[in-house]
Amino acid sequence: MFFQLGWRNIWRNRRRTLVILTAVVIGVWSMIFLSSLMRGVADQFVSNGIKTLTGHIQVHHTGYREDPVVENSIKNPAGVEAVLTAVLPPEAQWAPRVRVNAVASNARHSTGITMVGIDPSREAGVSFIGEAITEGRYLKSDDPYGIVVGKALVKKFETKVGRKLVLMSQDTEGETASRAFRIVGVYRAEMQATEKQFAFVSMPAAQQMLNLSHGISEVAVLLAEHGQAMQVANTLRAELSADEYEVNTWQELLPMGSAIMKIYDWFIFIWFLVVFIAMGFGIVNTTLMAVFERVREFGLLKALGMKPWWIVKEVLIESFCLLILGMVIGNAAGFVSVLAISRTGIDLSALAAGMEYWGMSRVIYPHILGQDVMMANLVVFILGLVVSLYPAIKASRFTPVEALAHT
Amino acid sequence: MDIVKCTKVTKTYRQDTVVVRALSGASLSIQEGGFVAIAGPSGSGKTTLLNIIGGLDYADSGRVVVDGNVLTDMSQSALAHLRLHKVGFVFQAYNLIPVLSALENVEFVMLLQGVPPAERRERAKAILDDVGLGGMYDRRPAELSGGQQQRVAVARSIVSNPSIVLADEPTANLDSKTGASLLEIMQEMNEKKGVTFIFSTHDKMVMDYARRLIYLRDGRIVEDKIRNG
Ligand SMILES: Nc1ncnc2c1ncn2[C@@H]1O[C@H](COP(=O)(O)OP(=O)(O)OP(=O)(O)O)[C@@H](O)[C@H]1O
Ligand SMILES: [Mg+2]
Repeated sequence: MFFQLGWRNIWRNRRRTLVILTAVVIGVWSMIFLSSLMRGVADQFVSNGIKTLTGHIQVHHTGYREDPVVENSIKNPAGVEAVLTAVLPPEAQWAPRVRVNAVASNARHSTGITMVGIDPSREAGVSFIGEAITEGRYLKSDDPYGIVVGKALVKKFETKVGRKLVLMSQDTEGETASRAFRIVGVYRAEMQATEKQFAFVSMPAAQQMLNLSHGISEVAVLLAEHGQAMQVANTLRAELSADEYEVNTWQELLPMGSAIMKIYDWFIFIWFLVVFIAMGFGIVNTTLMAVFERVREFGLLKALGMKPWWIVKEVLIESFCLLILGMVIGNAAGFVSVLAISRTGIDLSALAAGMEYWGMSRVIYPHILGQDVMMANLVVFILGLVVSLYPAIKASRFTPVEALAHT
Repeated sequence: MDIVKCTKVTKTYRQDTVVVRALSGASLSIQEGGFVAIAGPSGSGKTTLLNIIGGLDYADSGRVVVDGNVLTDMSQSALAHLRLHKVGFVFQAYNLIPVLSALENVEFVMLLQGVPPAERRERAKAILDDVGLGGMYDRRPAELSGGQQQRVAVARSIVSNPSIVLADEPTANLDSKTGASLLEIMQEMNEKKGVTFIFSTHDKMVMDYARRLIYLRDGRIVEDKIRNG
């Protein structure tokens, strides 16, 4: 009956109830919706980075990360490859790479790029390139002169599939090495910057050009989940000599990504705070008004022998009903709106030029995190009840004599 | 046996610099089963006296005993407990909880007392039948006339068999005919259940129903007479 009483009491002043309800609904909805968008952005930032050649873990020769020259390459990859095969979880994929800075040129243009020598079939399991070819074909494992370049570079160089492209770099002896390739395929990437930067050739072609014999620059590992990286990296570190090899996780390789995720955690927290303060004031004010309108009634309840604590409970039950109702609607609205855009995502191509700088995608897909939803509900519910405590205690303090004399 | 015993009760209200003596040494005893009216001009202290007997307010000095409980020595929460279990109240107006039906209003006190739901319901219906509201269990206060609302209040005040029922001008907002019929119901409940009723009034007609009439003036009892018939 206390619940019945509370429920009916909140409908005594429909307009006021609707105001509080709207505040709670908007609060919960916006918390869920916005946090899912922010999570989506952060996720995509990290996924993009991971797919664009970073992977979850990279193994290099010690010193390569500071000075990425051919001298710092892994001379004999067989040892590392054996460890990887033995230690990595079965779902994990890995790919060796030769990676050097080079100058690409054709008859009219020339520009600095990164030449990446890959094992085409292994690479396809680790990075985006396997599925990114839009014109021509992908590399074959021993393609001696085939090269795959990005759409943006092709445009800039005013060239096309079938034309020649010369790469120039330094070999292991410090001599200038150059090789003429023929464009066999063009790829597209999430970002133009990626398309301009990376040119892919086969592993033997790169090794031959740079006089590397079997040497490689790095091994990239892709795991089933982002979260496994730290643990797997530690296992690898235990197996590989620290003098010779450096093992890094994506968090270390993409410091921006982890920083952005932390910043978003704060954004979400601050947004929760803002919503809550606005909502909290609304709830305190309206509940206080509702309480003062019913001074006589609380006096009557007290005269009938209701203890102050029961009156506190009674007022809190009214807030409870409002909060629960608002939360149910707010959560439903949150999930529905996230669901509605989860297929198509939110297209930011209009802003894409600016956003790209930050490594964001053109389309954002929201990502609901259980932790955020729980936080949103908990914040609204607990703090909602806490702020109702003040009016509730006020109501319980009216003395019956004064309250009954009140008109 | 005396169900209420007041000895030299005083009460002073202070408003800013003005000091009002609402009760100045009122002493009286009321026997169990009584049907007593407290009369007197406006400001004579009727409400103050009923509030003190009902444990809604403390006396400044003197002693008040209700059904063996010395109210003047009791804590706020002990008084709340006493009101819940031993005292029924009927006020001049706004007696009922607006969002509850007549039946629920009557049940409410028993809910607070912890009476099980089925028994609660049965007793509430029976008492509403007794006060002549048989068909109106589910009406909200706003759907009842003033007289009917006061009858629900009377039903609520006696449903848990209190030691005393205190009614402060229960008919003041009713026309004389409705007032008379409320008094008849109170009288009937008093006779049928043996519950002690103490009510205040200005109204000569209402006084006529009382078996004992106590006159107050300036916070003092100036006349106390037993009436017969
Ligand atoms: N809360 C209060 N503060 C100040 N003075 C009060 C208060 N309550 C009552 N009084 C004063 O105490 C005196 C007695 O008041 P009380 O209400 O008991 O009279 P009453 O006989 O019930 O009058 P009425 O017939 O008008 O209801 C009056 O002079 C009144 O003004
Ligand atoms: Mg009065």
